Amino acid sequence: MTIVVNGQRRDIVPDWTGMKLLEELDLSRERIAVERNGEIMNQETFASCVLSAGDVIEIVRFVGGG
Amino acid sequence: MEKSFTIAGRTFRSRLMIGTGKYATFPQMRDALEASGAEIVTVAVRRVNLDRKEESLLDYIDLNRFFLLPNTAGCQTAEEAIRTARLARAAGLSNWVKLEVIPADNTLLPDPIATVEAAKVLAAEGFVVLPYTTDDHTVARRLLDAGCAAVMPFGSAIGTGLGLTSPDRLARIIEVVGGQAPVVVDAGIGAPSDAALAMELGADAVLVNTAIAKAGDPVQMARAIAAGVEAGRMGYQARRIPKSVVASPSSPTAGRVGGA
Repeated sequence: MTIVVNGQRRDIVPDWTGMKLLEELDLSRERIAVERNGEIMNQETFASCVLSAGDVIEIVRFVGGG
Repeated sequence: MEKSFTIAGRTFRSRLMIGTGKYATFPQMRDALEASGAEIVTVAVRRVNLDRKEESLLDYIDLNRFFLLPNTAGCQTAEEAIRTARLARAAGLSNWVKLEVIPADNTLLPDPIATVEAAKVLAAEGFVVLPYTTDDHTVARRLLDAGCAAVMPFGSAIGTGLGLTSPDRLARIIEVVGGQAPVVVDAGIGAPSDAALAMELGADAVLVNTAIAKAGDPVQMARAIAAGVEAGRMGYQARRIPKSVVASPSSPTAGRVGGA
């Protein structure tokens, strides 16, 4: 099934959890925050979500800035 | 003489806040942060790059030593800034946010009205809001009334290194705020003398990024600006002489050789 992550369409397997997605993206050890279908959540909460077709996900982290 | 200052009940020793943007490398950034003696360090919030594994900024910042202050840089509307602040909080470090609402008009100057709107929403949600704002004392008053924990007026526009283009306006903000909350001069500082002047006017702290990150020697400049902040703060506390149009000699007028 298809989801959108950071503006990109991604094909994933049904029943993937947020944790699985983060592992696939090599982000499980990064400090991040997530917005899923407009709902903002922390990493732990997202990890336990079961993803749905059409989910629109934003994953952000901290970068250099003033 | 009080050495430290307090924001939202948290006490800090260093009056230099430092940004993490624009450094040539992460190791150089780490060294400059160390040299600055700063405790509060700003960071931005951006999408993770899914196409390419990038180094992580946080690998170069010791969170036991530095207090991270996420900003809403890049947000052009109150709505965007509120969303970014909520994301920053969801990352799980704190509920502090440096609020920036900067329209896309190439000036990099903040939208004061949108900033007040966003500040009201975020303060009501329990954020500790440090707003980047104009040098207008009425806007500063409105931001504090909205529940901000400090006000952060610009010295001049971000990255310009023009220093304090309107020191009188900053002085007025400091006077109007009257110690109710910290005033942090943020943006436009280019050299240690700019930082010192901000502190001499009575600012509680300064926030510097470009002046350090883009200096010829960022580590040395970090030390220099830290020294400027200290010098300015000490000078403010020592209560300088007034400026006078009338000259007065420093050496005695009596007892000159050959004179009357």
